[in-house]
Amino acid sequence: MNKIPIIIAREYIIRVRKKSFIIMSILGPLLFAAMMIIPAWLAQVEETDVKRIAIADSSHLFRNVIPETEYLKFDYLDNIRINDLKENFKSMGYYGVLYISHIVTYDPNSVIMYSDKQPSLATKMHISKYLEEYIRDQKLKTYNIENLDEILKGVKTTINVRTIKLSEEGEEKESSTGIMMAVGYICGILMYMFLIFCGTMVMRGVVEEKTSRIIEVIISSVKPFQLMFGKIVGIAMVGLTQLLIWIISTFILVSIAQAVFFPEFSMTPTEQVISQDIMTATPSEGEQIGSSEEMNELRAALSTLKNVNFAVIILTFLFYFLGGYLLYASFFAAVGAAVDSETDTQQFVFPILLPLILGIIVLFSITNNPDSPIAFWFSIIPFTSPIVMMARIPFGVPWPEFFLSAGLLIAFFMGSTWLAGKIYRTGILMYGKKATLKEMLKWIRYKT
Amino acid sequence: MEIFRTENIVKRFSNHIALDKVSVSVPKGSIYGLLGPNGAGKTTLLRIINQITAPDEGELFFNGHKFVGNDISHIGYLPEERGLYKKMKVGEQALYLVQLKGMQKKEATIRLKDWFEKFEIISWWNRKVEELSKGMQQKLQFVITILHKPDLLIFDEPFSGFDPINADMLKNEVLTLRKEGATIIFSTHDMGSVEELCDHITLIDNGHKLIEGNITDIRKQYRSNIYRVGFSGDTDKLRQAMNNHFELLDLITEEDHQLARIKVIYPSLDNELLAILIQKVKVLSFNEELPGMHEIFISVVKEGMKNQQSARA
Repeated sequence: MNKIPIIIAREYIIRVRKKSFIIMSILGPLLFAAMMIIPAWLAQVEETDVKRIAIADSSHLFRNVIPETEYLKFDYLDNIRINDLKENFKSMGYYGVLYISHIVTYDPNSVIMYSDKQPSLATKMHISKYLEEYIRDQKLKTYNIENLDEILKGVKTTINVRTIKLSEEGEEKESSTGIMMAVGYICGILMYMFLIFCGTMVMRGVVEEKTSRIIEVIISSVKPFQLMFGKIVGIAMVGLTQLLIWIISTFILVSIAQAVFFPEFSMTPTEQVISQDIMTATPSEGEQIGSSEEMNELRAALSTLKNVNFAVIILTFLFYFLGGYLLYASFFAAVGAAVDSETDTQQFVFPILLPLILGIIVLFSITNNPDSPIAFWFSIIPFTSPIVMMARIPFGVPWPEFFLSAGLLIAFFMGSTWLAGKIYRTGILMYGKKATLKEMLKWIRYKT
Repeated sequence: MEIFRTENIVKRFSNHIALDKVSVSVPKGSIYGLLGPNGAGKTTLLRIINQITAPDEGELFFNGHKFVGNDISHIGYLPEERGLYKKMKVGEQALYLVQLKGMQKKEATIRLKDWFEKFEIISWWNRKVEELSKGMQQKLQFVITILHKPDLLIFDEPFSGFDPINADMLKNEVLTLRKEGATIIFSTHDMGSVEELCDHITLIDNGHKLIEGNITDIRKQYRSNIYRVGFSGDTDKLRQAMNNHFELLDLITEEDHQLARIKVIYPSLDNELLAILIQKVKVLSFNEELPGMHEIFISVVKEGMKNQQSARA
């Protein structure tokens, strides 16, 4: 009878039943859902509140310069001292006081907003933009240019770059770089987290077996390689289970929250979150075009999101997770076998973590330019490809490159498992002394 | 008929030879002691028998055929470095370990519960191993080792760390298992338990086999020709009886009699010694002093060391 399934079952069940696993399964989705819902909710709350702002304009030059929006109303108060206003604005029903000094034309710091709350960035930008424009226009007027108003109207332009990616069949697909970047980023970081999370789990499992001295009992029944393999597979399943729980329950939580807090939105949670990101990332642009165009852009962004092929992303994520995990887990297992206690693992773990950290650094630097040579090479090299490739996948990776990267990853994890298996086999029976790297290399050459 | 045999096993490590052409043969149904000082290669040999490590040279035979992978399920092994998963539940862990030995879950559960009742640890079935006392953990490990009714049982230093009560229990179980047809190999430093239990021994040191065989034969082979004579009478008369064939080693005065240890130069002279003594004093008892395993162990190891040194020089 094959004993590997028995080992896999134990490694899996023992970890899934652990309190830490259950806590992580609950906390993870709550955290993710909170990250998605709270910004959206805050933005929502802010927008539905009508804010009335009292403007004390000592020069009387700026009356009606700042246009009102649906949620932002301005009252120009004359004959009132700014100090009185500062004391009483709340009882007068104002959100805040905007003081515009007459020296504003040459002192940019002379516009002051008094409020007992922190005004949103959008509010501040709304005010400053219209004041800037107005002052610039007034300054231009002093040059006595003829037909200045018409010229100004004529030069006013808005640019909204739409990106359309042409596929080889000539099909047009509207894409939004921002969304692609975000998806790549999140996948890459998740990959990094899970590789380390599962890898160290393997290492700690091996160290536990060694320090508790159960190892010799077990390997008198099964081959060391079977034990290592069973452990690695069992823990991979633990990682996948955790990931699955996170994804599913985050979606459920966000959907529930959406139904409760934002019933008017009929988008899926991700669409909503990403649309929020886009709106906050480009507020000035949004406001410049006005609210109806804003909605258009949002719809355009959402339609790109629908074009993101989630099936492809999820499948490649799973592939690179398993490939990268198998590559690294065997090294972690070898380290666990070479040491006598968990505190000794540090010096061996660092070299293993280096390529992963490098992968994350590359991930951060290439998201703007996913087709650069750096991105290409690091998505081919097996030690970084699981992380870096995730940043490239949403933008589309040519099949030959993908197969090269995937093939190398498979070849490398088979090699690393074979190599680590040899270190593991010898290491688990060595007690009392901490192995050096040189000794570990010697173990590789030992006969079974 | 032997159950297990090795032929010229050689195992090298990077800077020394752990086993150098070791051939042992374990008779079926015996209790076989594997003796030797620390670092002699006992654990390496046991690991090779258990297929934990492979020999560099030499062959193993089990039940008359060349050792194959599946034979391992007919062996039960209690290593010297023995442990358990501390955080795992007692029953679950026992089931896991015996399933790895090839037992079916259902049968294993029934037998485990029987043994747990016998050793009075059944109430700990659902507790974590770390809650067990050391003695209970040892009982648990013992049960796990023997549960699949192996033909060959291997215990590496089984009595180290056992309290006298558990050690006694273990000895009784070992004897019961032998009665039921199992063969037992155990390595130990405890010569008392060797004399008590073993019928065959092998002594290895520095990777070499020094002696092997039936324990009574070995003791006879290493007989020192010393006789203990209990007598009453004049001590000087006894001294007069000594000549170049007989040597008085010791004279002990007991309450109402005396005890002399006398060495005979040739073993065949024992009757002659008795005949002479009877004329001089009143002989109360006359016994041959057979060497204990302890003495044999020390003298053989020392001799082995001398031989090696001269071989090197």
